[in-house]
Amino acid sequence: MKKSRVFGRIYIALLMIFLYAPIAVLVMLSFNDSRSRVVWGGFTLKWYVALFRSHAITEALWTTFTLAVLSSIIACALGLLGAIGIFSMRRKNYRLMLFFTNIPLVNADIVTGIALLLWFVRFLPLGFTSVLLAHVTFNIPYVILCILPKLRDMDMQQYEAALDLGASGTYAFIRILIPQILPGVLSGFLMALTLSMDDFVITYFTKGAGVNTLSTLIYGEIRKGIKPELYSLSTLLFLIVLILLILVNLPYDRLFSKNKLETR
Amino acid sequence: MNRSRTRLLAIPYIIWIAGFTVIPLIFIIAKAMTDQGGAFTVGNLFAIFSPIHRKALIMSLSLAAVSTVICILIAYPAAIILRESHIKKKSIILFILILPMWMNFILRILAMQMLISNNGIINHILEVLSLPQIKIINTPQAIVLGMVYDYLPYMLLPVLNSILSIPQDVIEAAQDLGSDRLHVITHIILPLSLGGVGSGITMVFVPSMTEFVIANILGGGKILLLGNIIEQEFTVSMNWNLGSGLSVSLMAFVLITTLIFGRGNEERAGGFSL
Repeated sequence: MKKSRVFGRIYIALLMIFLYAPIAVLVMLSFNDSRSRVVWGGFTLKWYVALFRSHAITEALWTTFTLAVLSSIIACALGLLGAIGIFSMRRKNYRLMLFFTNIPLVNADIVTGIALLLWFVRFLPLGFTSVLLAHVTFNIPYVILCILPKLRDMDMQQYEAALDLGASGTYAFIRILIPQILPGVLSGFLMALTLSMDDFVITYFTKGAGVNTLSTLIYGEIRKGIKPELYSLSTLLFLIVLILLILVNLPYDRLFSKNKLETR
Repeated sequence: MNRSRTRLLAIPYIIWIAGFTVIPLIFIIAKAMTDQGGAFTVGNLFAIFSPIHRKALIMSLSLAAVSTVICILIAYPAAIILRESHIKKKSIILFILILPMWMNFILRILAMQMLISNNGIINHILEVLSLPQIKIINTPQAIVLGMVYDYLPYMLLPVLNSILSIPQDVIEAAQDLGSDRLHVITHIILPLSLGGVGSGITMVFVPSMTEFVIANILGGGKILLLGNIIEQEFTVSMNWNLGSGLSVSLMAFVLITTLIFGRGNEERAGGFSL
């Protein structure tokens, strides 16, 4: 038993090294004074300074953020209404709707991207709007699939009780149903944000010239050689996410209930 | 609740599906079934089997299959080890395993290139230790490494979720009835976690089958996957009909695999809500 635990620790440690080695490389490069990718030229913060002066990078960052936030908000609004609507459908229509919802999920990104491109060029100049429409399209299914299980677990009796006690349908909807499905909407929103920020393929096909998100900017620079500012930007973003996630995951309950446990 | 009225709430979403899922699919299929002059043809759909593209198809299928199998082989023991470990907050481990996904994936693949290239970081270290050098960059193995690296979290998440959610009672019952550790794994954990493995397979296989960025960076442009060929038809050769035809046949391949392995897309979504 002891031997297998040692083996287990080594296994997990190797897995961590595999997953984090490239990230460590990127972080190191962001502090590297040499432009070379493999030679360490001393510690510097100049790429962090240069980062905020680079117009192309700040603009791509801004585009990425606005796209992510706008597409997630629109996807959540449409997805919330859609999920409630789907939930109250009869079995046959319910299944049909789930089938259509699954299409962008199951389909390969490259097919979704090309299909949208072929459609957009008919009526829309490619640019921010076309990318936004594309992002909403691939975000909605995830939002719906986060909300539907919450609807299934929902306590409808409370809602009916509210109606019996004289609440209007809309009022009961806002006060009883919305709070119950809010966690689903929230996790859908977070997933939509992540997917939108991380997307490359669909953005690549629907963006046209002139608009860049961070992913497409980086892809365009591969041949020319990546600007070291991008390493510092990704290090910063990684740190921000890390701090946010640590804050969210802190065991607040244990921190605050410590005294109670000790007196017991 | 007035169900017939509530149903109307889905109307905006139905319009969205029609406008941005169904119509684009009709367009890509229409494009795939016409030639550049606009006449009907099925040639583009079957172009995937032509001698030029067959090689890419076989390469894509085999690299995706190998990557998926390696992901299972890495993720499954990890999930069992984590289940048996005495770490209190398993969510923290999950969190550490998922965190790399928040760094831009193209940059991570570029970092992988710096690590494994012929004069890269790993070879520098090996040189200092006077060990033999690795020559892996621009080979199919390098692409598999990149795919496993990039998509491993998509396998880890559903597999971990399904293995961690097996009730301890079931395992203890088996142990009380005389099962040893191996028997518990093969007769309890394995059958109860197949759903997670199934969604993991779809989530790794589909993107690695259709991927073109990893092959570009780690394959040095020498190894063409279907994704690369489709991308080139749209950006370089400008034969959108052929590109669409190849995409539609690719979609068919992807659909077949998801029908075989893919169950429970809700598990897929649930996998992300830690």
